[in-house]
Amino acid sequence: MRDIAIVATAQAPSRTATTLTTPELLVPVITDVMARLAPAGVERSDIGFWCHGSCDYLTGQPFSFVAAVDVLGAWPPIIESHVEADGAFALYEAWVKIQTGEVDSAVVFSNGKSTSAPADLVMALQHDPYVEAPLWPTMTATAAMQARACLDAGVVTGAAMADVAVRNRRNAMNNPLALLRGDHTRDELLSSPMIHDPLRSHDCAPITDGANAVVLAAGDLAASWCERPAWIRGIDHRIDTQRMGARDLTVSSSTMIAAERAGVGHGRFDIAELHAPFTHQELLLETALGLDPEVTSINPSGGALCANPQMAAGLARIIEVADRIHDARSDRGLAHATSGPCLQQNLVAVLEGA
Amino acid sequence: MMAERVAVVGFGQTKHDACRADVSIAGLIREAADRALEQAGLELADIDAFVIGKAPDMLEGIVMPELWLADALGAAGKPVLRVHTAGSVGGSTAIVAASHVAAGVHDTVLTVGFEKQSDGNAMWALSVPLPFGMPVHAGAGGYFSPHVRSYIDRSGAPPHIGAMVAVKDRTNALRNPHAHLHQPGLTLEAAMQSPMLWDPIRFVETCPSSDGAAALVLTNEKHAQRMSGPKAWVHATAMRSEPTMFAGRDQVSPQAGIDCANEVFRKAGIADPFNEIDVAEIYVPFSWFEPMWLENLGFADRHQGWRLVEDGVTDTGGSLPINPSGGVLSSNPIGASGMLRFGEAARQVMGTAADHQVDGARRALGHAYGGGSQFFAMWVVGSDKPT
Repeated sequence: MRDIAIVATAQAPSRTATTLTTPELLVPVITDVMARLAPAGVERSDIGFWCHGSCDYLTGQPFSFVAAVDVLGAWPPIIESHVEADGAFALYEAWVKIQTGEVDSAVVFSNGKSTSAPADLVMALQHDPYVEAPLWPTMTATAAMQARACLDAGVVTGAAMADVAVRNRRNAMNNPLALLRGDHTRDELLSSPMIHDPLRSHDCAPITDGANAVVLAAGDLAASWCERPAWIRGIDHRIDTQRMGARDLTVSSSTMIAAERAGVGHGRFDIAELHAPFTHQELLLETALGLDPEVTSINPSGGALCANPQMAAGLARIIEVADRIHDARSDRGLAHATSGPCLQQNLVAVLEGA
Repeated sequence: MMAERVAVVGFGQTKHDACRADVSIAGLIREAADRALEQAGLELADIDAFVIGKAPDMLEGIVMPELWLADALGAAGKPVLRVHTAGSVGGSTAIVAASHVAAGVHDTVLTVGFEKQSDGNAMWALSVPLPFGMPVHAGAGGYFSPHVRSYIDRSGAPPHIGAMVAVKDRTNALRNPHAHLHQPGLTLEAAMQSPMLWDPIRFVETCPSSDGAAALVLTNEKHAQRMSGPKAWVHATAMRSEPTMFAGRDQVSPQAGIDCANEVFRKAGIADPFNEIDVAEIYVPFSWFEPMWLENLGFADRHQGWRLVEDGVTDTGGSLPINPSGGVLSSNPIGASGMLRFGEAARQVMGTAADHQVDGARRALGHAYGGGSQFFAMWVVGSDKPT
């Protein structure tokens, strides 16, 4: 395997109800991420591969990713691909591409245009179209079923869920890109409105628009483009069955397999960024990944609970870890991204500064 | 660094049809996947990772259907990656799958492309009015007909060329039991009388809307050598993209297609594609795109592609058979159409193309394009291991 690192990142602030198009969301982050590499003399023509993550249904437009090619300045023509998924999975495709040896670098980017439509309802269409989707099982409703199963099984408590929200919102006070932030107490949050029993408003991530981008480079190139690259020491993704009744919703089996394959157990982590749009999911992921909040700072950015551009929030986790490695606040970090209802699909990456 | 060699050890496809009411989407992809696995002599348990491709989710009304379809492929506990690159998606999905093997990330990968157009309304799904954009509302035919008109003006091609391609592809499809359209007895005269849909594109010169799926099993050299069945070795892959429109862009012969072809032939060690490629499956949704792509791919000189059609060079008995399967013109399950081109090219060099086999085919091109003629994916496969 080649050594591949994240050498530059850029993120747009998380916002509600923007009127920005896909290209308008992406122009600033593509411009920013390339500007980060300007001191090293890197230009767009030096990039070997481009890979995009987004979702047509959120944008409300078929082929919504096509216009993104305009943003890249794809002339002369470029080598480019797109996943209908979170940008974290685009990063995985780019990582594979660099591993083939055909290219040495890639720009990976994603955009979430989640506020064009009721995203909660739109994502109900991820379910089996014949027997489940006609019931319109919204994102929040299925997460509530999962939370109820977790509470009944005793793997989480309402207080622990509120504590997750308290910590994330407090952490987000240091994150200018976040939408939600603040210093709250557990009791304060436990009296917040019930959205979908047992999920209260603090248990659910906001729906936001946003975009982000990273640059990947291999070996010596990474070292010449970045003072302290964030090396991807392991990366893997796995899926669970989607059928709600056919899997144990109180554990994340696919996360555990991905973690083992990514080498999560080979040392302690300074930080971990977990893509958990609902509080109980962060607790499930801590268990699946074997993380101890006393040892590892969990979601120092505030996580998806404070900034949740769907299809970009997973790549954002990787960026938050990479940023802290770049400026030496961390030596070894874990990044996680999820897709599908109730943590159905999970990607785990281990990033190191040396 | 040296990438792993990649072999196609299984290819499967469904019977393509206007409405496969007999199967769900899960059943449709499983039909193709099972056939690919059967040819490879493998079971789902032998697959390390899955790469799924399809065109816009709005065609069936399911958001990211690969999540739900993971069960149909027994993928729980394994990686599933979803690719979507517009019409070229079937080709680029196969390339992403091949990259997993070439990179040494996984040994054996199953890739599936599908579309069940009868579950939705493609014309609606492709014409959603947008608050911030200029509506096209033309469908694919309306979008591409000016390109065809421009090609005819530039090249001086006579009007019967489009009809000749249609007759050839629909006749070829008669030898392909999987093809959606079987139209025995179609004559050039009848084709020329076919109703005009988007001048100069006639009804008979247009692809159908199909339900269908295609699947490929790809594996590395170590595993391939232990398999006794037919193999197609991947000699080269290439992808290129360019913006949809800007002043000076040549939409008839896009630079991205030229660059993509140059790269795939160079990487495959091919200096003279016309003489070194034995058969090609290229993405021709409207018949006139055959001569257009012949030029874009470097098989013919500029403005001369139509002469190859007129001289019968691209017939199954000609020196460069194009789309012996009947091509997109005879079956168009959009998300699978590119993978069908890649898979049919593999079939030719495996020698398993049955009644539409081109005698002695040892090296073949698979080609797909999408968007406004702006996304290209190609591979060259051969009977022999690449050097």
